[in-house]
Amino acid sequence: MGIRIDQQLIFRGIGRRKVRSKKLMSSVIEQMKRLLKIILLSDHFILYFSILFFLILWPFFPWMASVSNILNVSSNMWPLLALAIGQMFVLIVGGIDLSQTSTMALTSVSGAMIMTTKLDPNQFSNNPLWGLIITEDGGIFSSSPFAVPMAIAVMLLIGALIGFCNGFAVAKFKMASFMVTLVSMMFFSSLAIYLTLSENIMYLPSSFNAIGKSSIGFVSYSFLVTGSLALIAFFILSKTVLGTWFYAVGKNIKTSIVSGVPTERVIIQAYVISGICAAIGSILYSARLEAGRPTLGQNLLLDIIGAVVIGGVSLFGGRGKVLHAIYGVLFFVLLANFLSMMNLSFSVVNVIKGAFILIAALLDVIRTKFLAHQSLA
Amino acid sequence: MIEASKNILEFHNITKSFLGTPALQEITLSVPEGSILGLVGENGAGKSTLMNVLGGVVKPDQGIMKLNDKDYCPKNPSDATRLGIGFIHQELNLFANLSVADNIFIDHFPKISLIQLIDKRKLRKKTSELLKAVNLNISPDVLVGRLSPGHRQLVEIAKGLAAGASIFIFDEPTTSLTESETECLFELIFQLKSEGKTIIYISHILNDILKLADTIAVLKDGKLVRHDNAALLTVKDMISLMTGRKLEQLYPHCNNSVSDEVILEVCSLSQPGIVKDIHLKLYKGQIHGLFGLMGSGRTELARMIFGLDDYSHGQIFLEGVELKYFTPRKAIRKKMAFITENRREDGLLLEAEISTNMSLVALPWYCKARPMNIIKASELSRDLNKTAHLLGIKCASIGKTLVKNLSGGNQQKVIFGKWLIKSPSVFILDEPTKGIDVGSKFEIYNIISNLAKQGTGVLYISSELEELMGICNRITVMAAGRMRGSFDRTEFDKKQILHFAFDDSSLEIA
Repeated sequence: MGIRIDQQLIFRGIGRRKVRSKKLMSSVIEQMKRLLKIILLSDHFILYFSILFFLILWPFFPWMASVSNILNVSSNMWPLLALAIGQMFVLIVGGIDLSQTSTMALTSVSGAMIMTTKLDPNQFSNNPLWGLIITEDGGIFSSSPFAVPMAIAVMLLIGALIGFCNGFAVAKFKMASFMVTLVSMMFFSSLAIYLTLSENIMYLPSSFNAIGKSSIGFVSYSFLVTGSLALIAFFILSKTVLGTWFYAVGKNIKTSIVSGVPTERVIIQAYVISGICAAIGSILYSARLEAGRPTLGQNLLLDIIGAVVIGGVSLFGGRGKVLHAIYGVLFFVLLANFLSMMNLSFSVVNVIKGAFILIAALLDVIRTKFLAHQSLA
Repeated sequence: MIEASKNILEFHNITKSFLGTPALQEITLSVPEGSILGLVGENGAGKSTLMNVLGGVVKPDQGIMKLNDKDYCPKNPSDATRLGIGFIHQELNLFANLSVADNIFIDHFPKISLIQLIDKRKLRKKTSELLKAVNLNISPDVLVGRLSPGHRQLVEIAKGLAAGASIFIFDEPTTSLTESETECLFELIFQLKSEGKTIIYISHILNDILKLADTIAVLKDGKLVRHDNAALLTVKDMISLMTGRKLEQLYPHCNNSVSDEVILEVCSLSQPGIVKDIHLKLYKGQIHGLFGLMGSGRTELARMIFGLDDYSHGQIFLEGVELKYFTPRKAIRKKMAFITENRREDGLLLEAEISTNMSLVALPWYCKARPMNIIKASELSRDLNKTAHLLGIKCASIGKTLVKNLSGGNQQKVIFGKWLIKSPSVFILDEPTKGIDVGSKFEIYNIISNLAKQGTGVLYISSELEELMGICNRITVMAAGRMRGSFDRTEFDKKQILHFAFDDSSLEIA
């Protein structure tokens, strides 16, 4: 409003007021710039943005606020959040983990092979593992009461092992994380397909499937799992020596070496955490699908990295919080929910998602620049 | 002489503050045309801010500037360049991957009109003329990356000439120059002056200022404390004006008693191409200077002792125990500390807070037992505050201020703090006072001599001989990767030491 009145004054051509109004206008612009800066640099920027996104669309699409849709959005959030938290650790130490989706696929099929209760010989008799660990009666431990815990343990172990391999190659051989994890993405997803000959493994024990579907009252199991994961991640990052070291390595690895930080171990640990998180994501997704799927998570990589970057975790290393991952996933799931309910085609959805990730990456650069400008002070 | 010529540049009541902290307070200063102004002050006194105001990088909150009697308020650096301000930066702003000619004409290539092609022949010819003007005998096509720092500086001056600069600002131009390059630079500065250019010269090396400047302006805490004819000022005057205290001497009294207990011993250490046959004994409470030129192997030796680099032959003993498969981590556990030469590169986490930087080394001592290694936050912050206070780190809050926002002296104190939280028994310092103002230097010498009094063995690497002679108990001279000689404090002989360090004609590289 103030600006409009000032413009009228200018039209009247009153010289002195003209100067004053110009001053006022520039101070208004200055204020807005400052406000923009504060919002941009705020930790909660994406939360505000998500709320705005929701509030703007809500009047036009009232179904967005329906109970079933909100439940849908939240149940989509938790498995993605597990993956995003893992990815965040690797981004903080200055790397990137492209192999998370293939880790999901491999852990999904190997867990399923252990606990499945029944396999169709027509589909699986050509399988390389037929007769070894899988038979017509399902996996080798399917009859044991410990089948589900055992399968989960194996899934977590495989996730950790893949993470260890990635981390070892990056830390010890100083290979580029992009290359290392790209190769392991190709390798392990092919392995998952080879082990199952592209067949889904069905008939998982109902107690396992419950993880993906059931809830205690309003609180779903997947929320409990991911929620505790988020708490643990927060605890590690903010309260432990290891957490401080993750940031230090991402900010300046040379300084970290001179200061006695065991940089190689720290980097390996970040990748192991990412692998374990991928396995947890795999457990939640497999349980929801009630199957071990060799192509699990095939289209998920964009979502994971997109969500984390949108949330404000820096691609340049050294910066990122659990809150960032949560907000990023929230926004991404809201966006995906909206796009899918609009019945848009897969390719259009991906174009829009891609555009948002691009904007987020741009914001990352702008934010870094603002922070650099503060250094002049 | 000065009164006769008119003022080319005038500052009137220039005031600037950052986030409420005043950086400049009512600076009023005039610079006569064709003169050299020496600008001195401690780090953080406002020299750089004043020059950034002049160069259009920041805008003043208050006050006006006049250039050639006309109001001058540059909107951005290129505006300032256009109006005749040539800024020769401390960290050189040249593209290493481009040729000298491309660098000089990067923003105004001579073009063949219409199709906008670069006129290569004209470019080369103009560049040759400019290079001749700065006494630089190189081809315009040489890549800047292949030039020495001294030559790069001259290229930057040529760039200023090409842009038609009438005022040249030099910000610490000699830090990376050799002695002869410095001489060349000074000659060129006098030459520029004789051509009627005006020069503003910023440096911590006060003798250079006295040699060059016609008038000297001393800044302290954002205020101009004195602006006077150079002939009326001495180095001592400047120091006391800058620091606000009388420095009767530049170095603290060296009364640390060296014990006869060897704490660190290096035996015939060799690494092909880097060092050869190094023998060194460091005693408890001793400050042992290591003097040599850049590339003499002194930094590399320090890195080997600290476990950062490998060596092929020889042994290192710490308190009589041989160190094998040594890493910085093990070194820290054995209470060794190491301040590296380049604090921005491997000394600090620039993007992190002061407290994060200071706690990085000592963190393992401040955590509860495994496996979680939870940080004992209150204990840690208590000790951090204590150390920061002890070192006199000036900042708003050690938990909030980012290290990159500190001045050089304060940054170096943060690094000291990092190592001093757990007092070390062996302290290796590589150029700890590089690029630091006089006041902070004195404080750092004090810290070091206090450590020695408490029994820490200090290995002090420096290329400033006066500094070593001021605080060391013993100086070892290195050249071309070998030890050339050692001197006890009573036998310090500047000539002899310099002779050992410079005269490496008889030596082949190790």
